[in-house]
Amino acid sequence: MLVRNKLFWQGARRGFISSLPFYIVMVPFGTLFGLLATEAGLNVLQVMGFSFAVLAGAAQITAVTLMEENAPTFIILATSLAVNLRMGMYSAALVPLIGKAKLWQRALASYWIFDQSYAVTALEHNKNPNLSLDERLGVFFGVAIPVSSLWYLGTYLGAVVGNQIPAELGLEFAVPVTFLALVAPLLRSIPHLLAAFTSVVFTLLFADFPFSSGLLVAGVMALAVGYFSEVWLEKFESKGGV
Amino acid sequence: MIHSDLYVWMIIAGLSLGSFAIRFSFLGLIGDRQLPKPVERALGYTSVAILPGIAMPMVLSSSTGELEPVRLIAAFLTLLVGAWTRSLLYALLAGIFSYAILMAIL
Repeated sequence: MLVRNKLFWQGARRGFISSLPFYIVMVPFGTLFGLLATEAGLNVLQVMGFSFAVLAGAAQITAVTLMEENAPTFIILATSLAVNLRMGMYSAALVPLIGKAKLWQRALASYWIFDQSYAVTALEHNKNPNLSLDERLGVFFGVAIPVSSLWYLGTYLGAVVGNQIPAELGLEFAVPVTFLALVAPLLRSIPHLLAAFTSVVFTLLFADFPFSSGLLVAGVMALAVGYFSEVWLEKFESKGGV
Repeated sequence: MIHSDLYVWMIIAGLSLGSFAIRFSFLGLIGDRQLPKPVERALGYTSVAILPGIAMPMVLSSSTGELEPVRLIAAFLTLLVGAWTRSLLYALLAGIFSYAILMAIL
């Protein structure tokens, strides 16, 4: 039983503590969605339905924005799901980390895959490669469940009292900072630095790609740059380089 | 325009099924089968391949539409402190506080 497993709870505590910094932004970000969705004509139940069923901030905001613009149904679905395609990369990247878990655990984890839950689990693995499967599952759920709860709470507040919350609290800048803070501890090797650089440069160059696919194309390029520079560095070092 | 209730729920259902399919795709279907080694190693770069690409356009754009040097400096300090301390928390604090302080003085 996972819930009685000591290692699972040790991991969960680790994940919970590591994800505390995100607590600053989840509620305001959720509030923003609740507000936009209400303005697009959704009732409270529908706003909550969105957050519980879809659980993806950027995709949800894309969807309600397009709904308000009366975009065709196909465009709404295709564009919002394209925004979510990066979750497919997280899904693949989680295979080496928690792929050995039971099917129901993987199915449950799949629901909760988002930027923070994947990235914190990967970061903890990077810092401590000897974590057991149960600990890694603990880290994942220890991030995912509390952070998503704040997202549900935020969207509820946005839908119910949204208009009374000042839109500009200077918190918008906190969102990119949390993402940068997630990758910063990884930027200690040349392949990681090159991959991050590739990601930024090509996402900016591909900004006009349809369905915001530029991020994904740049992401795949960055994976390749990371991998090949790692292989190249290994060869270089084994030949007695620096 | 106000959409009908049914239409909104259909959109929610479509997005929810699609999102779950994307998320379940690899983790659910591959499971404990071994990925090819090069693929596994490449996937180790997923965080640095995606998150900076999401974050930097947000750093470079602001509500006024002009580039704010303060944001760039704060972003740089976030990365520097995070890489140096290997701590997500210190990285975030560096970013938030440097932004707040610079905005207050400038």
